[in-house]
Amino acid sequence: MFKKRAGALLAAALLVSALAACGDDEGGDAGGGGGDGKLVLGFAQVGAESGWRTANTKSIQESAAEAGYELKFSDAQGKQENQIKAIRSFITQRVDVIAFSPVVESGWDTVLKEAQDAEIPVILTDRAIDSPDESLYESFIGSDFVLEGEKAGEWLVEEYKDETEPVNIVELQGTPGAAPANDRKAGFAEVIKADPKFKVIASQTGQFTRTDGKQVMETFLNSNDDIDVLYAHNDDMGLGAIEAIEAAGLEPGKDIKIITVDAVKDGMTALSEGKINFIVECSPLLGPQLMELAQTVADGGTVEKRVLTEETTFTPEQAKEVLPERQY
Amino acid sequence: MSKNLLSHRLFWPFAVLVLLLVLNIFFSNNFFRITVHDGHLVGTLIDIARRSAPLILVGVGMTLVIATGGIDLSVGSVMAVSGALACLLIGDLSDPHSVAGVLGAVLLALLLCLVLGVWNGFLVSVIGIQPIVATLILMVAGRGLAQLITDGQILNVSSDPYRVIGAGYFLALPVSVLIAAAVVLIASLLTGRTALGLLLQAVGGSPAASRLAGIQARGLTWLVYVIAAVCAGIAGLIYSSNVASADSNAAGNLIELDAILAVVIGGTALTGGRFSLSGTVLGAVLIQTLNVTTVSMGIPVEATLLFKAIVVVVLCLSQSPAFRERVFSRRKPALTKEAAA
Repeated sequence: MFKKRAGALLAAALLVSALAACGDDEGGDAGGGGGDGKLVLGFAQVGAESGWRTANTKSIQESAAEAGYELKFSDAQGKQENQIKAIRSFITQRVDVIAFSPVVESGWDTVLKEAQDAEIPVILTDRAIDSPDESLYESFIGSDFVLEGEKAGEWLVEEYKDETEPVNIVELQGTPGAAPANDRKAGFAEVIKADPKFKVIASQTGQFTRTDGKQVMETFLNSNDDIDVLYAHNDDMGLGAIEAIEAAGLEPGKDIKIITVDAVKDGMTALSEGKINFIVECSPLLGPQLMELAQTVADGGTVEKRVLTEETTFTPEQAKEVLPERQY
Repeated sequence: MSKNLLSHRLFWPFAVLVLLLVLNIFFSNNFFRITVHDGHLVGTLIDIARRSAPLILVGVGMTLVIATGGIDLSVGSVMAVSGALACLLIGDLSDPHSVAGVLGAVLLALLLCLVLGVWNGFLVSVIGIQPIVATLILMVAGRGLAQLITDGQILNVSSDPYRVIGAGYFLALPVSVLIAAAVVLIASLLTGRTALGLLLQAVGGSPAASRLAGIQARGLTWLVYVIAAVCAGIAGLIYSSNVASADSNAAGNLIELDAILAVVIGGTALTGGRFSLSGTVLGAVLIQTLNVTTVSMGIPVEATLLFKAIVVVVLCLSQSPAFRERVFSRRKPALTKEAAA
């Protein structure tokens, strides 16, 4: 009984895949996984772990709707295996272009090779992958995280240029293995290493979340008596750390200077209140640029391997100015 | 006497806990310093207690479920749901600082968790679906529900009464720790001083035999899933109140595994029957001490998971009578040598 049913299932599966293959032949150059000539974009998002990410998702969804593309959206909830599954299902569905923000840097070769074999172009957004084979993706659009780390470091060097005493820094890193965590750490370290007075006395992961940011900062505060500066790889960890600093009876922004990266609305609010001293922007609004890229690669055109998003930095005064218009 | 102590099932987890604390004497600064600040106790040990509170709560519920031979994978999602609903309701209050309003929101959130627990219990005890599958449904759907409630965003609330739950102090002690202590106390009284504990063990040992003996196995099984969900709901409130926001992705993520680990460290058999609430508390504190130790000792991020894994492996091996027999008896090593040769 069971065997019979399994056999029927297998036959059905074969039939479906055969049909899908036919669809591919007909669709082909017309660019029609959707069948009605609309460009179909499969996008595998990391998750909704922060306000930044939500703004990023919204930007992509809105610009896809504006451009009249069909967007197949998948949320990986921060797990690589979910993202790989999503990409595989995009391949099965024969979308025209796949775009995704890799959860971590490594381990993508196999699934991207599958996409390549299926002749579906891949665009990386906001995070890079660590692979020797650059032909696996068409383009990488996003921020330069090393540059962001450098900007954070430069502000620190400028802020403490007259200081002769050692400056004790604690660092809240992002998710271990994620490109923004690795690069923001490296860029920052590169700039401050020129002056031996800057010492990173503790550096741990806060998983990019408020709760972990708060908990790790509590431990930092207990085990280090003299912390001058906190460098957090995103606003949310910084916001969690602010809670820990306040609970310990210190004044964030004064007793401990705080530098963060991202510039989401909650972070900008804290910046305008003087609880954060400096934020390096990492803009999530890359939707319109992504749609242009997707159209070009779907038409078979060539694109730049690396496309940068436009970004700036904020001081408390600048934050007060732009805060009313901040969308995310 | 010493032989009795060594074979006590909580001796080895306790020894590992002491070992971790001793490591901290040498490798961490100020680990044992407790200061008084604004009338609160502040220090790393207090932090460990505060951080253990949600895990202890989830662990207590999990212990009772496992005692009946079941398992509850949905606790993390239930945490996310309760924090999300509480924050949403408080955000809608005309005055988020009103105690009555916050109390109402908190009770409604817990009520929803109770309903989720009833659902889990219904699937397991009435429909008869295997617990791991039945609760897997809510593990996935619950997080979706939480995301629906928060609209996929992080919900911020600024409400002083709500902050008290996770970040407040009462008589110099963290409120979250007091809540966890109260729940543990109630649970141990109910299982220790009434027949409930015995009945749970009977159901876990053999549902069929206990039913034939006149025990309402179905009702009891249903009950433990409700208790587990409400415990998880309280843990979710503590979690979200601690950072004054509801993050439906991060809240309670993978806590079901930590809770199961805490229960197992505590000597409760996963097959049902024998259980130990005090063991679960010890397990939860041990896990959080391990988490804090990795930060306070400054173990590099890349090596954190490896460090934790080594501690857990050592712990599990030390708890295994068969392993201890091999390592500590004189005759057996000779045997393994022969086998190797």
